[in-house]
Parts: sequence; structure tokens; C-alpha cells
Amino acid sequence: MSDLLYMVLVAPFKDMAGAPAFLVEVLIGGVFAGLMYSLVALGFVLIYKASGVFNFAQGVMVLFAALTLVGLLERGAPVVVALALTVAVMVGLAYAIERVVLRPLVNQPQIILFMATIGLNFFLEGFGEMAWGANVKKLDIGIPDRSFIVRGVQINELELTAAVTAAVLVTLLALFFQTTRIGRALRAVADDHEAALSIGIPLKTIWVVVWSVAGVVAIVAGLMWGAKSGVQFSLSLIALKALPVLILGGFESVPGAIVGGLIIGVGEKLGEVYWGPLVGGAIENWFAYVLALAFLLVRPQGLFGEKIIERV
Amino acid sequence: MIYREAGQFKTSYASDQAVFPIVQDRVFVLAAVVAAFVVPPLVAGDYWLQAILIPFLIYALAAIGLNLLTGYAGQLSLGTGGFMAVGAYSAFKLTTAFPQLSIIAVFLLSGLAAAAIGLLFGIPSLRIKGFYLAVATLAAQFFLIWLFNKVAWFTNYASSGTITAPDRTVLGVTVTGPNAPAAARYVMALAFVAVFALVAKNLVRGRIGRSWMAIRDRDIAAEIIGVRPLRTKLLAFGISSFYCGVAGAELVFLYLGSAETLAFDINQSFLVLFMVIIGGLGSILGSWLGAAFIILLPIFLTRLPHSLGLTMSVALQKQIELMIFGGLILFFLIVEPHGLARLWQIGKEKLRLWPFPH
Repeated sequence: MSDLLYMVLVAPFKDMAGAPAFLVEVLIGGVFAGLMYSLVALGFVLIYKASGVFNFAQGVMVLFAALTLVGLLERGAPVVVALALTVAVMVGLAYAIERVVLRPLVNQPQIILFMATIGLNFFLEGFGEMAWGANVKKLDIGIPDRSFIVRGVQINELELTAAVTAAVLVTLLALFFQTTRIGRALRAVADDHEAALSIGIPLKTIWVVVWSVAGVVAIVAGLMWGAKSGVQFSLSLIALKALPVLILGGFESVPGAIVGGLIIGVGEKLGEVYWGPLVGGAIENWFAYVLALAFLLVRPQGLFGEKIIERV
Repeated sequence: MIYREAGQFKTSYASDQAVFPIVQDRVFVLAAVVAAFVVPPLVAGDYWLQAILIPFLIYALAAIGLNLLTGYAGQLSLGTGGFMAVGAYSAFKLTTAFPQLSIIAVFLLSGLAAAAIGLLFGIPSLRIKGFYLAVATLAAQFFLIWLFNKVAWFTNYASSGTITAPDRTVLGVTVTGPNAPAAARYVMALAFVAVFALVAKNLVRGRIGRSWMAIRDRDIAAEIIGVRPLRTKLLAFGISSFYCGVAGAELVFLYLGSAETLAFDINQSFLVLFMVIIGGLGSILGSWLGAAFIILLPIFLTRLPHSLGLTMSVALQKQIELMIFGGLILFFLIVEPHGLARLWQIGKEKLRLWPFPH
């Protein structure tokens, strides 16, 4: 018994203290992985904030964006044109979703909308693969996947780029939300649908805008993930990885998505490296969920989420 | 139906509350059940039994289980595959450890094991709701599959990591394992699902089902009028997991023969959820219809291009299948949130009045 306690509570920390450079490497790896999760989680948060829809299809939107981009590049389109066309496709998709899915389901319980996005998820998955083919594609965006060493710590160039991109994206989104006219309208809608409607904010336009923004975020996430591990079906599964991030950070909070992503990323890497061997490894699949679940029991609305007030 | 119930008066509470208050319905359903036991084993070929009827019955059981939890108690669960895996693996462990134990008892006990695990993962439902809970049940899904993959004890240290159904007999007839005739496995699956569907139907009509629906419709109001959320929600998780566990055990023992954890991955959870949504949330009949629909659709899609003389690649077929599934989910949620069961009911009402408009 005391052996077990030693192995769980003491030995991992001894390992950490014994090799600080390695610990830093693990931490940095975790931070980068976390930012990648955050990129996906951001799309969820945007849509949830503005329309109260928990968009399960965000992961597939990432896949769809990446597939479209790669498909256009493969057909010889220049990068800028391909990017512009992909943005156009995602805006078109947002418009179609608003028209076909959201509008008929206005005023339905959130859980119904959630299940509708599960349906959307499967539809887009089949559609994207039918349109662009299901084989694994390489996405080369000109950033080499190599590492350099700073004071004994390995840093991956691609991951660094992704981290910087995520930071820039979040700043841009924050500016967009805080300073622009449309950003203010979005925040108003998020606060109260009916009040926003009554002062003349067009709800339908706002929804198209926010799904489009989420689509653009999906393109960025698709770029990064695609460059890292190729554009393939498993890309849609990162949505499942983003869920615990959301729970931890809170559904309504952009900073929450970032902080949640970091906590999950770092926690996952630390758990995998220092505690994983105790139980046979490969705990990455569920560790984030259990972490989020344990957290939920203490604080059901997440770190930065709005307090849930229940009324009859 | 084409008959009318004129002249059938209800003179007691018992007859008013009967599952099938109309004599014709009662006779029809009874005849259908008897026919289901007798006709297919005599008439249907092995292909029909093995590829369509047996998986249909097993998934119907799982769909009823999930419908109790999601359709009646309103707790969305994405962990069905995990709970089915608990049933399958505990059935395997039980029957290899105690070969003399009746396979029926093994199935029931593995259902109980799944119920215990379901209770455990249902505890968070007291604090968290809606899609937060859905994410929490994903934790169950991923954790359980990982557990069965990692711990070799569950597969009796088989190097391949698969569990294989051994031969077991009921009343002298082999019903599980590679030597069991398809007809015997069919009757076994049918017997289970018939009994448990009846139990489920009576559960949801009674006090328990009403308290589930109260929690589903407005949980705080339900709590105020005296429905205890702790007991009600956990009961829903327990009973639902029991059904899923038995279905999982059947999936390996009566249908697949041998399986690894891949058979119970997240797609299995979604598949059962689709059956429930398409069939009809909060309807036992809907679970049957949904299971039949989801089992038949891929077979239909395989056959259709073939019979039209077209060739369709397996990948394309898979993609079309995904699109149809997704599209139908959207269609049903938007147009008919009560699913196929509601369509059936509307058809019945229309037939009852036909040929008069009112």
C-alpha cells in the first residue's frame, strides 16, 4: 500500500525535480497541444455565445475547411485564392446552416439543437469526403516540422507557429467583439435574444455572421492541425478533445477556452508522462474527460462560465 | 387500423389503463409475438436471421434502454457503447469462470454489472445537466473502452485481446458460440427483448416512468412537487445501463461470436442514439422502429445500386450512408421530433377515420 502511495504521490515529483529540462519540454509540449485544442474550442464558444447552440459539428467544420483548402490547392489554385475560396465556402455553409437547420429550430430546447448538430456533423462528414475524397492528404503551408533547441529544451517550429497564430487569433477576436459594431451586436444577442431583437438587431444576420466567424476559426484550426498530422478523417475527432476544454473553461468564455485548453494540454501531457506508465499508458484518450468531470462536480459552470441560475 | 373500437366500453380502471385497451390491438400484438417466435426460425434463411433479424432484436433492446434514459428521463448519454461493453465483458468473465451457470442467468447478471457501472457514471447527473452531462458520459465511454483494452484479465489474458463466446446451452439446445444454429440464437434474442420491452412499457406507464418524465420536462418543478431527483435519475441510469449491458452481452454471444473493444467504440453510442432519435424520443415502439430503420438502411443502400445495375464503391456507399443518417436526424428533429413512432400513430389515426375526413 505504501509502495503504491509512493509511486503515485512521490516518485513522479522526484522524476520532475530530477530532470528539469525534460519537465520544461513536457510543459511546453502541453502548452502547445493545449493551444491547438483551444483553437477548436474557440469555434464552439463563439457559436454558443451568440446563439446558445452547442455546435457538436465544429470538429467536422475543421475537417471540412481543411479538406476544401487542400482540395483547391491540389487542383492548382494559388494559396491566396484557395484561402479566399475556402472562406467563401465556409460563409456559404454558415448561411445554409442558418437557413436549413437553425431557423426551423428556433425556440427549441438546447438539447434538441445539440442533437441537430450531431446530425449536421454526420452529414458534413459524408459530404466533405464525397466531395474531396477520403484519403489522407498532406497539407504543406511552408512551415517546416522541425525542432530547434533553446538552452537544452527542444521546441517544435510548427507548434510554435500554431501557438502564435492562436494568440493572434484570440486578440483579433477580442478586438472584434469589443470594438466593432457587429461585435457589440453579437454580445447583445448573447446576453438576451429577445431584448436584442426588440432594439432592432437582426438575429438571422447575426447568426450567419457568427457561424461564418466560427468557420474562419475552423479554417485556421484546420490549417494548423492539417499541417501537423495530415488532413484526414481523424481530424473531426479533435472536436471530442475540445469538449473537456470547454467544460473546464466554461461555455461562454473566450479566455476560458484558452485557459481550459492550456490546463487540459499540460495536464494531459504531465499525466501521460509521469503517471501514465503506472496504469499501462495511453491515458490521453480519457484523462482530459475525467479531469473535466472531476472539475464539474465542484464548479458546474466551468472556470469562467456564467453562474447557472435555475428557475421554475 | 381498419377496424373500429365501437362498443368497447371501459368499465374498470384496469381496463382503462391497459397497455392495449382495444381487443383487436391485443389480439394483433399477441399474434404478432407468437408469429415472431414461430415463423422466422422455420421460414427465414440463415442470411436473414444472421444479418438482419438478430442484430435488429439486439439493437432494439439497446435502443429501448437508451430511450428510457434519454427519451423518458431526459438525460442525454453518449456512453451507450461503454455500458454495452461492460455487459459483454462481464458475461464473458462470468461464463468462463462458472461454465455451469445458465447463460440466461449470465446475461442477467452482466446486465446488473452494467447497471452498477451506469449508476456510478450517473452520479454526476445530479450536479450537471444537458450537454455538460453528455460530455460526462463520454468520459465513461472512453474510460471503459480503455480499461477493457488495457487490463488483460478481462479477456482471460488472450493474446489477441478478443473475447469469444463459448458454447452454452439452454434446455439442451446450443444457443451461443460458433456451433449454435442461427434460429436458436434468434429465439434467444427475441425472448429477451420481448420480455424486457414489456417490462419497459410497464415501467414508463407507472410511477417510475411518470417521475422520469417529470424530471425530463422540468426538473426543478418536479423536485418541488416531491420527485426525488437523486433516486429518479440514478434509477434511470441504472435501468438503462442494465438494458444496454444485456444488449452488449447478446451482441457478442448471439451475433458477433467474438469481439474486441472496437465493437463498442463511440460510433456504437451514436448508432443507438440515432435509433432513438429517428424512432422517436420517449416511445418504446419508436425504439423498435428506429432499430429496424438503422439496421435496414445500410443493407438497402448496398442492395439498391446493385439491383439498378450500378456499381458503387464501398467508400462512396459509406459516405452516402453518413449523409443520409445526418440528413434524417435533421429532418426528424425539424419536421417530426417524435420520430417514426409519431408517423405510425398519425397513420393509425388516419386509417381509423378513413374514408371520412373527421
